[in-house]
Amino acid sequence: MTGPVLDVSDLSVSIRGNTVVDGVSLAIGAGEILSLVGESGCGKSMTAFAVMGLLPKVAKIDRGRVELGGSDLVSISEERRRLLRGAELAMIFQEPIASLNPLMPIGRQIEESLIIHRGVSSREAKSAAIDMLAEVGIPEPQLRYRQYPFELSGGMCQRAMIAMALICRPKLLIADEPTTALDVTIQAQILELMKRLRDETGTAILLITHDMGVVADMADRVAVMYSGRIVEEAPVETIFASQRHPYTRLLLSTIPRLDGQAKTELPVIEGTVPDIGAWPAGCRFNPRCPVAGDKCLTELPALAPRPDTGRAACWHSDRVEALV
Amino acid sequence: MNAQPQSATPTKPARSSNIPWAALPFLIIVIAMVLLAIAAPLVAPVDPNTQNLLARLKAPGTVSRGVTYILGSDELGRDVLSRLIYGARISLFVAFSSVLLSGTLGSILGMIAAFYRGWVEIVIMRLVDIVLSVPAILFAIITVAVMGPGLVNVVIVLALTRWPRYARVAYGQTLSVANMPYVRLSHFMGASWLRLLGRHVLPNIAGSLAVVATLEFGLMVLFEAGLSFLGLGVQPPTASWGAMLSTGRNYVATAWWIATFPGLALFLLVLSINLIGDHVRDRLDPKAR
Ligand SMILES: Nc1ncnc2c1ncn2[C@@H]1O[C@H](COP(=O)(O)OP(=O)(O)OP(=O)(O)O)[C@@H](O)[C@H]1O
Ligand code: SF4
Ligand SMILES: [Mg+2]
Repeated sequence: MTGPVLDVSDLSVSIRGNTVVDGVSLAIGAGEILSLVGESGCGKSMTAFAVMGLLPKVAKIDRGRVELGGSDLVSISEERRRLLRGAELAMIFQEPIASLNPLMPIGRQIEESLIIHRGVSSREAKSAAIDMLAEVGIPEPQLRYRQYPFELSGGMCQRAMIAMALICRPKLLIADEPTTALDVTIQAQILELMKRLRDETGTAILLITHDMGVVADMADRVAVMYSGRIVEEAPVETIFASQRHPYTRLLLSTIPRLDGQAKTELPVIEGTVPDIGAWPAGCRFNPRCPVAGDKCLTELPALAPRPDTGRAACWHSDRVEALV
Repeated sequence: MNAQPQSATPTKPARSSNIPWAALPFLIIVIAMVLLAIAAPLVAPVDPNTQNLLARLKAPGTVSRGVTYILGSDELGRDVLSRLIYGARISLFVAFSSVLLSGTLGSILGMIAAFYRGWVEIVIMRLVDIVLSVPAILFAIITVAVMGPGLVNVVIVLALTRWPRYARVAYGQTLSVANMPYVRLSHFMGASWLRLLGRHVLPNIAGSLAVVATLEFGLMVLFEAGLSFLGLGVQPPTASWGAMLSTGRNYVATAWWIATFPGLALFLLVLSINLIGDHVRDRLDPKAR
């Protein structure tokens, strides 16, 4: 096995002086799906944007490296980063319909990055786009090539967006809540498609979601984020079987059970995510943590290897299994 | 509008092919004027600058030495109809080129201001405010005083004073379009800023700019007439509706036709263009669909 496709190390991002991503390290291998999960506002999207080099103007990278295929994306010029986007790394997100230009035929939008990055002729681009439409499971690709976004359903648009993202065969695809706006059936189809394309192309996928059901379905590995930090990270079976951070434990207990034994009450994690800039001293989870001790109020735990595989950042990992 | 079931997904783009009946007569008027202007040497009864001092101030319909003055003759015995037809060339040329120039300039500056934000935005939009606050006629008088009167200078003056109209619209529209996910996505896929503006922003704001352009076109016709009326535009003996109005004014009591016909032509052209502009705007307004 060669090195990871994406290797993020010690990445910190701040917005107007407030840290929102704090020392995040994660690596994704070719063909791997890493799920980044966590409550709203914990910094998932900011991590993704930092990787893409697309942070909003108010945000800046304070330290860290983002290596894609061995070169550091943080230190290269914006122009080189632009040439990597769409070619080597691509992104899809929530709003599939709004993500397509209403006045441009679908096919033209799909072939755009091929024309930008590979400089192919428009005939080649067209046939590649039609192949890609077929590949993402859009029927009648010849016809769809010429159609406008309003003639396609939401699920179709999401397929088209995936086609756009993958036409240059990027090494990494970042999917920021790609199915949140879709209904359950379509959502399952899109996830299935992403998995199939991963198998066929070997694209690594960073899948951001707060739906633990999607994680169980899709991920090879899971990284749990809380207040800007990765608090636990392990292969998906491992993390579903046992948790070494109380936040992971509580997060997993929020999945409705599929075996019919519906829980009488849907557990919610009590308390709220601390605002950025108002993170508590010590472990940031301590105000909500049911197993916190004295040390948690003063010292920030670092990620340490779990006994089996993966890493967790908790002073009292051994108390977690006894929870709930 | 007949109520169609919401669920019916159209299989063709919803580009309505129905003929715009309401605007059609005005469209025909404008097209006819454009054709007359282009074909002026072929359709004008006589040379517009040929003087005939024996046939001065003849009423419409007068025949003098084999020439029928259908719309009468002016103070130098020139055929009013011929001058009207040649005058259309000036009006339309000035309006067309100044709309083209100011539209291009304004649209580009407006898009850039909205796209780059920061100091670029501040500089461009302050400039917009400044230019809009200077009375156009004052600016024109000063410019012509410096550069001298003439057709090209009129176009330059109009281009320099009218671009902020387009810049404002382009700016506002680009602000909203630039934040649309499809522009972001294209940016995410590595599109250069030129491609983003040209392929994704411009087509989506072109409709609004077209509305401004049609309404401005009518105004430009009036501006040209106004400047020529003041003697700052086209110089004699070249025929222009504004200049004809200006000289005709002196003879209103004795030879009403000299000023009346160019006035009517102006009125008809500007009215038609404005009504077409209204129509275009209504069609582009999603609320009106
Ligand atoms: N454009 C912005 N300007 C200022 N603050 C921002 C901006 N975007 C995000 N933030 C802040 O940065 C923090 C991290 O946001 P981020 O979008 O990464 O969260 P997230 O984990 O993706 O949440 P969600 O699940 O809701 O998408 C949040 O506290 C948010 O308020
Ligand atoms: S370090 Fe302490 S406060 Fe933080 S999660 Fe572990 S037990 Fe809870
Ligand atoms: Mg997010």
